[in-house]
Amino acid sequence: MKGTEAFQELLPLIKDDEPVVHANGFICRESFALKDREANFYMIGSMGLASSIGLGVALCKPEKKVIIFDGDGNVLMALGTLAMIAGEAPKNLIHVVIDNEVYESTGNQRSLSSKVQLENVAKSSGYKNTIRVEKKDEIKLAFLKLKELPGPNFLLIKVKPCFDPSTGRVTHTPEEITKRFMQAIG
Amino acid sequence: MVASEISKIGKSLNMFPLTSQSFINCLIQEGYKFFTGVPCSLLSGLIYELEGQEEARYIPAVREDAAVGLCTGAYLSGTMPVLLMQNSGLGYSLNAFTSLNLIYNIPILVIMSWRGKDGKDAPEHIIMGDIDKKLLQTARMEYSLLNKENYAEVLKKAKKKIYEEKLPYTLIVEKGLFDERH
Repeated sequence: MKGTEAFQELLPLIKDDEPVVHANGFICRESFALKDREANFYMIGSMGLASSIGLGVALCKPEKKVIIFDGDGNVLMALGTLAMIAGEAPKNLIHVVIDNEVYESTGNQRSLSSKVQLENVAKSSGYKNTIRVEKKDEIKLAFLKLKELPGPNFLLIKVKPCFDPSTGRVTHTPEEITKRFMQAIG
Repeated sequence: MVASEISKIGKSLNMFPLTSQSFINCLIQEGYKFFTGVPCSLLSGLIYELEGQEEARYIPAVREDAAVGLCTGAYLSGTMPVLLMQNSGLGYSLNAFTSLNLIYNIPILVIMSWRGKDGKDAPEHIIMGDIDKKLLQTARMEYSLLNKENYAEVLKKAKKKIYEEKLPYTLIVEKGLFDERH
């Protein structure tokens, strides 16, 4: 499965007012290119911080389902944040990791996720439900189940590193991203 | 926030001596309800006060940059955040400030302890104790040295920066300003 196919499956399952925090790199670009949403927070830098930002949103907006779109490199950089998420245990948080086992944005250097099963790290940290999927047609059922069950929940999606470098970059300025995200999530 | 409201900040505070308790109460009254950070002994009295609060929450962070992320999420959700950390955490969090908060216009009130002041501290604190203010200046992040006389004024300055310019503001805390809990 390509990363873009994973996003094609996920995006229709997210309501307009549900906050989605995106990790930097191809995570942002794939999602933006397929469907730009006002309730999307796009990171252009600060690798590793999508998860802690998502945690902050989930804790302060307990009435909304909050989604993090993360990458394996980002999660590995901030493994400690998995403990923070498990410790605070927001029921409304779904942490989705698109795992291509490489740092694709910088030229496909290998990451550690081919050897370290991130869903197991999340599970032993204390996430309530974790699912690993490797096939495209498993994504919908898994995501909807994790959205339904009290979290924090973790969905790991294994994909092949085949990002199309012609995919556009996020065109909004950082200030615009802040403003419209805040307005969209109220 | 309008200018007249900002000018009111802290007026009633001058009559109270600055303690961990009065300072935390004051921050909560001024609308800071979300606290996180990585502890320092110089800030231990403040964190102790926070743990007993019903109106505010303190969330232990694993690293200072993760605490910046958490504060960012809180601000984006309409809650004004405070980050407590030792100056050693400035190194860990500097990239988060420069590539996130300073360009996305996301404010945080930072309370940073000053270890290594005047070269009199454990070896690991000496260099950062010398360069932390220079690092803040280089990153064009405003700060004030907090003391028992200036806190009302300093909080007013911080709030102006945070609400009008939507940028982080740092309060630097020296040893002895607040009580320590061991």
